[in-house]
Amino acid sequence: MMEAKSMKREEELVKIDKIRRKRRHRKEQIGKAIRYAILVSVGLIMLYPLIWLIGASFKTNAEIFTSIGFMPKDFDFSGYIRGWRTSTEYTFARYFANTFKIVIPKVILTVISTVLTAYGFARFKIPGKKYLFSILIGTLLLPNVVLRIPQYLMYREFNWLNSYKPLVVPAAFAVDAFFVFMLIQFLRGLPKDLEEAAVIDGCNSFQVLIYVLIPMLKPAIISVALFQFMWTMNDFLGPLIYISSVEKYPVSIALKMSMDASAIVQWNQVLAMSVIALLPSLIVFFLAQKHFVDGISTTGMKG
Amino acid sequence: MTKLLKKYEGMLYITPWLIGIIVFTAFPFITSFVLSFTNYNLMSAPKFIGLQNYITMFRSPDFRKAFGVTFRYVAITVPLKLAFALFIAYILNFKIKGVNFFRTAYYLPSILGGSVAISILWRFLFADTGLINIFLGFLGFQSISWLGNPTYAIFTLSLLRVWQFGSPMVIFLAALKNIPESLYEAAKIDGASKVSMFFKITLPLITPVVFFNFIMQLIQAFQEFNAPYIITGGGPLKSTYLLPLMIYDNSFKYFKMGYGSALSWFLFVVIMIFTAITFRSEKYWVHYSDGGDE
Repeated sequence: MMEAKSMKREEELVKIDKIRRKRRHRKEQIGKAIRYAILVSVGLIMLYPLIWLIGASFKTNAEIFTSIGFMPKDFDFSGYIRGWRTSTEYTFARYFANTFKIVIPKVILTVISTVLTAYGFARFKIPGKKYLFSILIGTLLLPNVVLRIPQYLMYREFNWLNSYKPLVVPAAFAVDAFFVFMLIQFLRGLPKDLEEAAVIDGCNSFQVLIYVLIPMLKPAIISVALFQFMWTMNDFLGPLIYISSVEKYPVSIALKMSMDASAIVQWNQVLAMSVIALLPSLIVFFLAQKHFVDGISTTGMKG
Repeated sequence: MTKLLKKYEGMLYITPWLIGIIVFTAFPFITSFVLSFTNYNLMSAPKFIGLQNYITMFRSPDFRKAFGVTFRYVAITVPLKLAFALFIAYILNFKIKGVNFFRTAYYLPSILGGSVAISILWRFLFADTGLINIFLGFLGFQSISWLGNPTYAIFTLSLLRVWQFGSPMVIFLAALKNIPESLYEAAKIDGASKVSMFFKITLPLITPVVFFNFIMQLIQAFQEFNAPYIITGGGPLKSTYLLPLMIYDNSFKYFKMGYGSALSWFLFVVIMIFTAITFRSEKYWVHYSDGGDE
């Protein structure tokens, strides 16, 4: 009698538990659906402007201002052709060449100088290292705005105005504390035994850097190169201050100029050239997106 | 000889940086402070005028307006961007299929966003007959003069930066992934809800990263130049004329190097005050699990 009752109770409990579990499951499913809905709609908001930009660059000026969809009615390449020619005596080919004249040396110099500096900080005893490191972190937080005028005056003294030197040369001196910091963080995470073994085998410190550390540092170095590439491609204020003749303009300035060129903005040309201007960055981003994410995560962790 | 070299080896490696710090940072830093007390237009030698630049600055209605606008811009942009970044990172931290795809999609605007092309796109999207207004019309709303109305223009610029929430998001996400699962399981057994878990476990554990992101975004936002320069040119009615624009105009358009330096130093001091307050407040809200030192 008693046993039967407790059996019944147990059955009931199992039943309730089942219902609860079902409810929880349903709640989880709903939660999941909401999360995906948010992610997809935010993703759409993030990417639609870019997709639309690409579509609009093939539209006629009349169509741009009326349609909400990104597919053009028929593909009109005149924006690209006329935009590429520009209203100046140079084509965008010239401006792209100029941009790369800045970007390539800057990226190379940045990688060399920041790796050397980070190596020095991460692996050697240096007198006053603690203070020097604080200075490094301090420059990370220092607003550049306060340096701009004296830098301009200094480059003027050097006769560097209207050349790419003010934009490129500082990179040889590891001025981007962000990258030095990123590499130091990465180096700190690497085990030292391989280096010690190399020293025992008779390597000097520079050989250790070249043959042991650089191969291991490769992901971090790629991140540095990628970020510097993007930032330099995007840089607008630097060339705006230092470059004054049209023949030396990089893409960023030329693009802004194309928008100001006439009273009525030829939007399809401007948008077409915007797409072209974004193209190198887009290609690099999709080829190497993992490195961007990894790079930014390592620095963020210990800030 | 080799012994000496050994001792100063490290110094050798950081020499380029040391030179850089002196020539491109320390020297300009001091010079701009000195210049801020002078009148200098590149034509004749700098003339010492004491506090005159600062007095002119504080009396100038343009400056006061620019300061107010800058302040408003930072106050809108930074919290909105960080909140959004954290919200999305939080969702992505659930076991989401295709997390890499979403992460990439969200990160893309922040890598392209500083470019002139994106500013142009923004100017176009929010133009009176731009995509946003076409869309609003489609939904039956009246179109809004996003860039022509002084009230909305600054907000439109903020929106561009909020759209680039990707880099703080990636940093938040990395921090969220570091929180041990066991903490949540323990809380679940105690019957904690998702909301209380977020505020009692998640948020305290990622405060160091919130702190880092906050400072970085603050410094960045105070120096915003590209977007207002390209999208609105500081208008309408100077409603988006941020301090960096004013500094640029005075320094590199009118070549008032002394006055420009004074404006720069003012902005610098404001940023430093905010940074210092944030650092000071650190002990009240930032929680380091390993005892404080990194």
